[in-house]
Amino acid sequence: MNLKLKALTKSIWVFHAACSPCNNCDIEILDVLTPRYDVERFGIQLVGSVRHADVLLVTGVPNRKTAERLKALYAQAAKPCLVVAIGQCAGGGCMFTPSYNYIKPVDEIVPVAAYVPGCPPKPEAIIMGVVKLLKSLGK
Amino acid sequence: MSHKVVIPIGPYHPLQEEPEFFRLYTEGEKVVDIDIVIGYMHRGIEKLSESKHYDQTPYLVERICGICSNAHPFAYVNAMEDLAKIEVPERALYIRTIIAELERLHSHLLWLGLAGHFIGYNTVWMWSWKYREPVLDILEAITGNRQNYGMMKVGGVRRDIKEEDIPGVRKMNDDLIPVLNMFKGAVMDDPVIQARTKGVGILSKEEAVNYSVVGPTARASGLAMDVRRDDPYGVYDRVEWDVVVRKEGDIFAKLVVRVLEMYESIKIINQCLEKMPKGPIDLDLKDIPAGEGIGRVEAPRGECFHYVRSDGTNSPIRHKIRAPSYMNVPSNKVAAVGQTISDAAITLAAVDPCYCCTERTIVIDRQTERKLFNGWDLVELSRKKTEEIKGQKSG
Repeated sequence: MNLKLKALTKSIWVFHAACSPCNNCDIEILDVLTPRYDVERFGIQLVGSVRHADVLLVTGVPNRKTAERLKALYAQAAKPCLVVAIGQCAGGGCMFTPSYNYIKPVDEIVPVAAYVPGCPPKPEAIIMGVVKLLKSLGK
Repeated sequence: MSHKVVIPIGPYHPLQEEPEFFRLYTEGEKVVDIDIVIGYMHRGIEKLSESKHYDQTPYLVERICGICSNAHPFAYVNAMEDLAKIEVPERALYIRTIIAELERLHSHLLWLGLAGHFIGYNTVWMWSWKYREPVLDILEAITGNRQNYGMMKVGGVRRDIKEEDIPGVRKMNDDLIPVLNMFKGAVMDDPVIQARTKGVGILSKEEAVNYSVVGPTARASGLAMDVRRDDPYGVYDRVEWDVVVRKEGDIFAKLVVRVLEMYESIKIINQCLEKMPKGPIDLDLKDIPAGEGIGRVEAPRGECFHYVRSDGTNSPIRHKIRAPSYMNVPSNKVAAVGQTISDAAITLAAVDPCYCCTERTIVIDRQTERKLFNGWDLVELSRKKTEEIKGQKSG
């Protein structure tokens, strides 16, 4: 593992980009930070700017307005920045693929490192997804 | 005006129910005008619904909003049952009401936490989200999912509430009452919170009527309107409960209305559990006739309206949805104007479009295009004001 990635795995800061989701995944992401799950213990923190983030959490189906913004967000992030697609929508569009406002799945806009399926994924699943991602970086 | 500064807030942000983009026009500290742009999360659900089978649509409308994920399907099935002119089994109505009220509990606790977060009381945020978890646990036990319950079905509900789950629901209710009492004591009697919210972001009764606001926002402005009472659906006409109304119209009134409504929800759930009859939960409806139907539901944020027209085939030919925040958000034009920037965060949050967008805010001077604030600075500003008031109170 190179030095940058090694540094990345310690106390990851996450930025959360909502690309027209239904908010469930977003609430579950916040839920992960609140007392029941409390991932701030491990130094995982939600940050206000993508420039500070190590991990970009994407939820929802990118539509015509948000797809460009997601691209811009990823371009602004300091690399390496890992993208985690949270939920079924970000994973593949869910049932919104026939919609006229749907463009393409998240992984065709930005490189996705991990998918957490579920509608919405439980907080445990989100934590497991991030842990698995970090472990895979170590190999 | 030379000193007019524009603050863009948004466009899309993590927590709110519907995506909005606010543009605050400010002079010095004061907000003088506000623009609201929506449409960032448009997924074409109304059109998608026209391509889905009647039984698939509850699944679709559930995903309009994650927080109201019971209110939309509820309104949709009400519309369908109005269209097909059918009587739903009694037990199904009780189950629907219980789920709707559980959802209101978790939604109001969520709002309370976020409101605390924005005025710099992260303890309130953590507490109320901590006490929200048992409600979600109960929903998971009953429906199988923490959110997106998938309970609604045209002509009934998909799952029964099992006899062994009922003590758990009762216990959760009993445990929640001391918590609400604590919130009432700690949040509503707190002098700093009062200083931050009383007399701030006032929406007068006349303006509330002009802007047609709904739900807790309307009830905090002295409008005693509640679909549950005015046009009963489910079993709301068979249980005892009160419509909570406050006259002041400020943020504090909205806070009080939401906290007191949680007591009413607990009352409704307990009565439903007692009165719930045994019997079938589903009609097993096969065909939908041609016609049109209207469904109204009091979602946690206000009246949620669905209109369905059918031509007798498998899917609707028109499905119109109006969500409560669509009515409530424009009222910010009155409530936020004249306030200071530091109060804008909580004022915009008070109608419960879950205002987390500040983290993507930048303040740009129109003349020089220079960046003055980013989103966190705005939240910081709001928190600093709380700290100052705290200092004054203790000092």
